[in-house]
Amino acid sequence: MAQTLEQNGNAPILSVSNLNLHYGTAQALKGINLDMARHQVTAFIGPSGCGKSTLLRCFNRMNDLVESCRIDGSIRFNGDEVNETSTDVISLRRKIGMVFQQSNPFPKSIYENIVYGLRIAGVHDKATLDEAVERSLKSAAIWNEVKDRLNDSALGLSGGQAQRICIARAIAVNPEIILMDEPCSALDPISTLKIEELIEELKSKYTIVIVTHNMQQAARVSDVTAFFYLGELIEAGGTRKIFTNPEKKQTEDYITGRFG
Amino acid sequence: MNKFWKTGEPYVLATGAALAIILVMSLTLVGVVMTNGLGYFWPRALVKLELKDGTSALGQVTQKEKNPISGIRRLQLKVGNRDVFGQDFRWIDEQDIASRSLPADAVLVERREHGNYFGFLKGVTAEGITLTGAAPQEQLQQALKQVADKRDDTRAIKKQMSNLNNTAEGLRLKLQKLEYRGKEKNSAEISELTAAREKVLAEFTLLNEKLTATQAEIGRITAQFTDAAGGSKDISLMDIIVLQHTNSMSFLDKCGAYLERVRELLLDDPRESNTEGGLFPAIFGTVMMVLLMSVFSLPFGVVAAIYLREYARDGLMTRMVRIAVNNLAGVPSIVYGVFGLGFFVYGIGGSIDSLFFPERLPTPTFGTGGILWSSLTLALLTVPVVIVATEESLASIPKGIREGSLALGATKFQTLTKILLPMATPGIMTGLILSMARAAGEVAPLMIVGVVKLAPTLPFDMNFPFFHMDRKFMHLGFHIYDVGFQSPNVEAAKPMVFVTTMLLLAIVVLASSTAIYLRNKMRSKYTTSTF
Repeated sequence: MAQTLEQNGNAPILSVSNLNLHYGTAQALKGINLDMARHQVTAFIGPSGCGKSTLLRCFNRMNDLVESCRIDGSIRFNGDEVNETSTDVISLRRKIGMVFQQSNPFPKSIYENIVYGLRIAGVHDKATLDEAVERSLKSAAIWNEVKDRLNDSALGLSGGQAQRICIARAIAVNPEIILMDEPCSALDPISTLKIEELIEELKSKYTIVIVTHNMQQAARVSDVTAFFYLGELIEAGGTRKIFTNPEKKQTEDYITGRFG
Repeated sequence: MNKFWKTGEPYVLATGAALAIILVMSLTLVGVVMTNGLGYFWPRALVKLELKDGTSALGQVTQKEKNPISGIRRLQLKVGNRDVFGQDFRWIDEQDIASRSLPADAVLVERREHGNYFGFLKGVTAEGITLTGAAPQEQLQQALKQVADKRDDTRAIKKQMSNLNNTAEGLRLKLQKLEYRGKEKNSAEISELTAAREKVLAEFTLLNEKLTATQAEIGRITAQFTDAAGGSKDISLMDIIVLQHTNSMSFLDKCGAYLERVRELLLDDPRESNTEGGLFPAIFGTVMMVLLMSVFSLPFGVVAAIYLREYARDGLMTRMVRIAVNNLAGVPSIVYGVFGLGFFVYGIGGSIDSLFFPERLPTPTFGTGGILWSSLTLALLTVPVVIVATEESLASIPKGIREGSLALGATKFQTLTKILLPMATPGIMTGLILSMARAAGEVAPLMIVGVVKLAPTLPFDMNFPFFHMDRKFMHLGFHIYDVGFQSPNVEAAKPMVFVTTMLLLAIVVLASSTAIYLRNKMRSKYTTSTF
């Protein structure tokens, strides 16, 4: 990975150009052009139904599960085209992890949840798995809370803990990008704070793309913010600039809450 | 008033009432079956009635009622001695009874044939053995003890004979095969087999002679009885199964007798065209058939449901298949029986016969009803239940769980086997429970694909290949029908109907509770929660 870093230097890790997406006849994304830089947090904001989650799910081809979904345009991950039938979706998803709105731990033990990604990738060495569990739980800042009950069911955890387990689960397979789809919308403020701190820490190792409804959150955690409205990318830029001095009127209206 | 209806209170009451009615009905059903079934084995007193016309009768009171025509109170007495009186039961008007007594020396003799004998023991005629006791009762006990060994001998001989018979039959089939394939009649192989078979047959004949001799030896010892009407009767010891002095038994003795009867019911073979003796072959047949059915229907149903839910595109075709599956569950079971007969028995069974056992034709091997075809027919009948249950439980798994697994780089198949199926297991088990309960109670289709009144052998024994899928079998459900409505002596068989019903219920309850226990264990492991 170090090599790729050097090679690509400042090249964007993800780059979207002219992306259109249709659900049946309805167009959900219209001509999106956006680059996401390595080791940065990019936040997608915008009202419900603006297409920000849809775009996020394009990055790891989760839209494949939606039958009526049709995509054209290009998404490049490290320069390789994502949106092609020949792309190896399995290895793509291993490199681009995802955390969902609702925490979705599997009905297994905490340990088994974390090693799931490795096991299905064919890793069976106990030492490697143990090491991965400790590393990813520590990275997700939950090691101290669960280290004594790794064999308990993950379903017994609180919402915030479960969400951090899901983050740890995504980290365990060593992805380059972590996609977060409103990871805090179902959490209380304290758990939210913990996740936000976590995002801050994870930034050094991973590239993070986060969808959020909470503008304060976007302002707090992200380096770059992109504002979407009705399937279009209205404005993208440095978070500070977007929140203090947006170029477009729509962005300003939305951020200041004048927007319905 | 309008307000009262709006509160919804009356509807809540109505639902409660409906539940209560269902509960009362099920409890009544279980209660009636239990009281009639459990009471049957309790040794009842032998009552001696002196009638006003000078005659007397001995028996067990089975019913009391008002004569529906004359209005006179009467009682039904089981007088037994079918071979002497012609029938087991007698109605006696209460006004004709001069006196009743419970004679302590009255005996109940359970016989191998002709049902029970009620009477008094007079003496024992012993040939070849010496009896030291003075009273006839002591003598009889001594005699029974002395022949006990010999009875065991006869049992052992019978077992040996059955084994020999099996070997001989195997050799015969081998010979038949060789001859069919055109081997010379005088070839070495054939003559060798023929010689082996003859040797076995000779051994069989020898054993048979020994058996006849032993039986005759026991048979020469007889006990003399008199009945209430004054007639006398000799009963060979060979025919006596149980002898009870019912009226002088203590409570503990009665409990012992009761338990012995329960043991007999569960572990022995039936006698007297199924109206007496045990039900072991029927219990075994029912359980084995249900288990075989599960083995066929569970994997088949689960795989079909997985395809329908996870892989098939949701189009017209899928919808049609789903409707067809749901409709299959509503098809009358006899239709499945007819299908099973045509497709499994004559179609597949007939083909197997002509391919693998042509030498035995026209005697069918698989081309006739058997436990395999019965289980397959019932599997077909219950597979919609498994499909629907599996589909529902797969559908109820939150989308997030699937996406979570896929997002980690799992393939669809890995997600299915590692996440979805374990989570769906409780639901699948529910389907299995329902299908097992349905299969255990189904009789109509079985009557044409393999159930018989009396199967000479179990579908499982210690002879290779252990499971004999081509054999016909006995079934509790069919047994109820057969004993209750087809037996020559319906009145005497009535308690057996309740006992059989009770057993069938017990088997269904036992199977279901085991499955429910397993399901709950799994459910607690896989309960989903989003928070």
